Order: sequence, then structure tokens, then C-alpha cells
Amino acid sequence: MAKATRVAFGEALARLGATHENVVVLDGDLSCSTNTRKFSEQFPDRFIQLGIAEGNMVGVAAGLAMAGKVPFVSSFACFLAGRFEQIRMSVGYNNANVCLVGTHAGVGTGEDGYSQMGLEDVALMRSLPNMVVLQPADAVEAERATEFLADYVGPAYLRLTRQALPDIFDADYSFEFGKGIRLREGKDLVLVASGGVVANCLEAAELLAADGVEAGVVNIHTIKPLDEPLLREVASNSSRVMTVEDHGVIGGLGSAVVEALSEMPDVVVRRHGVLGYGESGTQVDLYARHMLDAAGIAEAARRFLVPDVEALATG
Amino acid sequence: MVVLSTEELSGLAQELRADSLKMIATAVSGHPGGSLSAAEILATLYFKELAFRAQEPSWPGRDRFILSKGHAVPVLYAALCRAGCIEEEELSTLRSIDSRLQGHPDHVRLPWIEAATGSLGQGLSVSVGMALAERLDDENNYRTYCLMGDGEIQAGQVWEAAMSAGKFGLAKLTGIVDYNKVQLDGRVANIMDLEPLADKWQAFGWHVVDVDGNDIDSLLAAYDSARANNEKPTVIIAQTIKGKGVSFMEDTHAWHGKAPDDNELEQALLELGVGAAQDN
Repeated sequence: MAKATRVAFGEALARLGATHENVVVLDGDLSCSTNTRKFSEQFPDRFIQLGIAEGNMVGVAAGLAMAGKVPFVSSFACFLAGRFEQIRMSVGYNNANVCLVGTHAGVGTGEDGYSQMGLEDVALMRSLPNMVVLQPADAVEAERATEFLADYVGPAYLRLTRQALPDIFDADYSFEFGKGIRLREGKDLVLVASGGVVANCLEAAELLAADGVEAGVVNIHTIKPLDEPLLREVASNSSRVMTVEDHGVIGGLGSAVVEALSEMPDVVVRRHGVLGYGESGTQVDLYARHMLDAAGIAEAARRFLVPDVEALATG
Repeated sequence: MVVLSTEELSGLAQELRADSLKMIATAVSGHPGGSLSAAEILATLYFKELAFRAQEPSWPGRDRFILSKGHAVPVLYAALCRAGCIEEEELSTLRSIDSRLQGHPDHVRLPWIEAATGSLGQGLSVSVGMALAERLDDENNYRTYCLMGDGEIQAGQVWEAAMSAGKFGLAKLTGIVDYNKVQLDGRVANIMDLEPLADKWQAFGWHVVDVDGNDIDSLLAAYDSARANNEKPTVIIAQTIKGKGVSFMEDTHAWHGKAPDDNELEQALLELGVGAAQDN
């Protein structure tokens, strides 16, 4: 059943509250949106409401972590990214066991427009040496990632969607930290995607197959540490890699993949993501505008493969 | 721990000043002004007020001290040394490569440092987190102390933290403002005035104690006043003198972040009255 990853996170967190007594949850007047509300109702003593003051919230989380608690800090991705100074200093440099949870990833945020959209968060978070970055592609993966983070020790960032996502994984899905997942094989190019656009990539691969293009799809739920061996393997099989993400094209998954494959001379990587600032619109309209829906991703892939498509047509 | 007299604590503060200046002179960089103004605060905390175990930095029952004004870390290293946490030889490694004594406090490298600071305005938030954690578990029983600079509290995050401590009524949290009236660029009152400072903290729900921060007994009385308040966090507005104890460093921004040369160090140690004893 289609569900937003923020909703799946909130449900998982409320369940974890019962088994993980050290888990505390911090929110800054967004618990109804980030879905920490459920935890706050079940474990009011371990829910810390800090108001619209995210810089303080990040610092308080670091203090709680260094005193033995396991804080989950939730806000919109953009507001956490905006407190990068507190994150680098109080969380990162202290190696504090804080899990930052940024919801409302990318243009999928929709009508509220750019001010509420996390479009630089992955770039910032992955720049910190000890920060791990997770982005689940559906509700089941979001639940498992949340469970993983409750036991993980160290600074972590979990990126979630506002919009509902179609199911990709079964209920018995097992989360393997740091491991990419090959969802589909294809020799002409491989779509390396993360988060809310993974399902669209699978659909795009179907559209491309109708054109005779065999596109593979890899789901990267762990953007950092990146599964470099898998990426090198799929890149050597197809030599054309297109990254797909609902995040600015500067510094996100695409940049991470380019960095990982930079010493493979025969591999060409195209970064497909959000150009410029976001804007208001429905999530559906915005995904069409930014070519992040299945048709848009397929079209972007065709343009990337132009020489090859022409060869197919004439060959 | 042996209970020290006021005179002994005063003498220790002078020793911390001398140690700080020697470290800074050896490193040829560092921040003397704000280290010297805080010497009595560090002396009273580490040799009277704080519960800690010198050889067990992660003892869960320890009181937490966060030096939010991280640039004054030489005086903290000096206190940690005198308290038996780190060896005297290590002091001369301040700011050098591979040293645990980083130019600003480093929690990962040096376990007695409760939190990395130096990017100003963040220590009180971390302290609020530690005080909240203390209250979450019945078996905990520690107090949290946060020393802030006066210029530092121009940062908005300090007031976010102050608001949250007031909301939660964190009575076991004590903030101390080293109110030496001078910051890097000049006088605090000219750069961004803090007054009326006591009113501000009161308005944020804090118990306020305004004392001579270079006077041992006044500081000890302020800590007692903080302990006696069971409802609110306490802030001690410690009226201090920047560069205290060295005539040419006092009350000037010129010595905020400058190392003394050999002659200046000699003169300073002479004025502090502890230089000769330290060299023996």
C-alpha cells in the first residue's frame, strides 16, 4: 500500500520506543508533519518539544547523546540542513550518536514551494566525514532503516519523503547497511537512484524496454557509505550510468557516484536531478517539470543515450 | 578531595593564569585575555565545586563542565593538569600537531572535554541536553555547568537554549557568563550591548546571581545559591576583568588572541607572582 516514508518512520519509531528505552525524540513544532506525534503520545516523557529553534535542538540532541541517550531529531530536511553549523560542530565533531531525520525531501514536497524543500541536505550531510546518509525508497525500507538507526552508533542522517511512495519491497525485506540493491538488470545503461524516485526508475525502465533499451536499476538506500564495489560492477557491465534523485544535482547522490567512478575511464555518468531552486506545484506536476516521473526519467535516459539510440535505429 | 581555603584557591587561580600564558607563549598563539578573566571560575569549579574522578573521565556520576567559550581552553587545560587529569609535560604541546590539546576543546581527542566547542553559541544547547538526560533517569545525579563568554551570548542560539532550559526548569543546570566586557574587536557595549543582562536571563526563566567573578568567595556563594534553587536554572553573571592579573593585558581587546613574547611572558609571570616557583 502506498505510504510516505515519513509515515513509515513515525510508525517504526513508536514501536522502537517500547524496545529501546534510551531512544528519545526531539521535534521543533513539526511533529504532526514529521510523524513523531505517535511516539510523543506513547512516550511523552521521552519526547522533547523544542519549538521553532532547530539550532538549539541539534545542540540539545548532541548533549543527550553524549550523556548516553539515543536521540532522533526530526524536522524538515531543509531546516536541518540550515543548521549545518550546529551539526558539524556539536554532532559531527563530537562524534555524537545523533540520528537526524529530515522529511520533505526535494521537490516532492509540492505546493509549499522552495522554502520547505530539502534540496541541499544530502550534499551537506555527506560532507561530514563520520556522518552516514540513508534514504529509503519505500515504506518497508523506511521502517527497516529506522530500526537499523536505533541500534547504529554515530552521527546519521535519514532522508524521508512527504509524498506517498508505491511499495517496492515485501514485508520480509532485510536492510543491509551500505549495500546497494540491484532491482533490475540491463546492459544499455543503469539507473542509480535513491529515495522517492526509485519506483519511477523501475517504471521508466519498462518504458525504455518498449524502445528496445535495456536499463538496469540500482537502489541506493545508503548514500554514505556508498556501495562502491557494486557501482563499479554495474558500471563496467553497461558503461552508461544515470543517477536519479529528488535533490539538487550539486553534491547529492549523483556527485557521490561520480566521485566513486571517477577512475573508471570508460564509464560515462550523467547526473539527473533538480536544477535550480524548487517551486510550488503539485508533486505530480513538479515531478513532470523536473523530469523525475517515469516518463521524464525515460526521456532523460534517451537523451543521454542518443548515439546509442541512433545506432539501434540504423543498425 | 582536600578542602582548599580561599587563599589557596586564589593562589591556584594565579597558577592557572601563569600556566595558560606559558602554554600560549610556547604555542606562539592562543587567547590570553579570556583565559585570564576566567581563572577564578575554573579554580573554584575544579577545586571545590565539581564532582569528578581525575583518572576516570567517563565516570557516569561526574558533574559536567562545558567550556562554551572554547577559545579560553588554555585555562581549562591548566585546571585539568593541576587536578591530575593530564600530565604537566603535555601542556607544552598546546596547538601542535598530534596534540590532544587542540586550539579549541576536542571531545574525541581528550576525554575530559565534555563537548567540542569553539564555534561560539553552541555550548549551552549541549549543556541543556546533558541536563535533560540527567533528569530522564532516576539513577542519575549530576549537575551541569556551562561557561559562556559575554560576546558569545550575542548569538541567537544561546537564547534559544536559555528559553528551553527555562521551559524545562533545569534546576541542575548552571550557566556562568564570563562578563569581562571586552571581545575580539573591542568593547562588548559598543559591538552589541548585552544590557540589561540580568533582566534578559530572568525573562527567560532563570535564577540570576550577579557576582564579582574574580573573587573566590563570591563565586562559591553563587554556586551555593544555584544549588539551593530547585526550580530554575541558574546563571551566574560573573563580573570579571579581561586579562586579569597582568597589567598590560587587562581590560583591552589587544590581548584577546595574541601570544606574549619572551619578555612579555617574563613580565606577566613576575606580576602574577608565580613565575619563579613554576620554573623550579
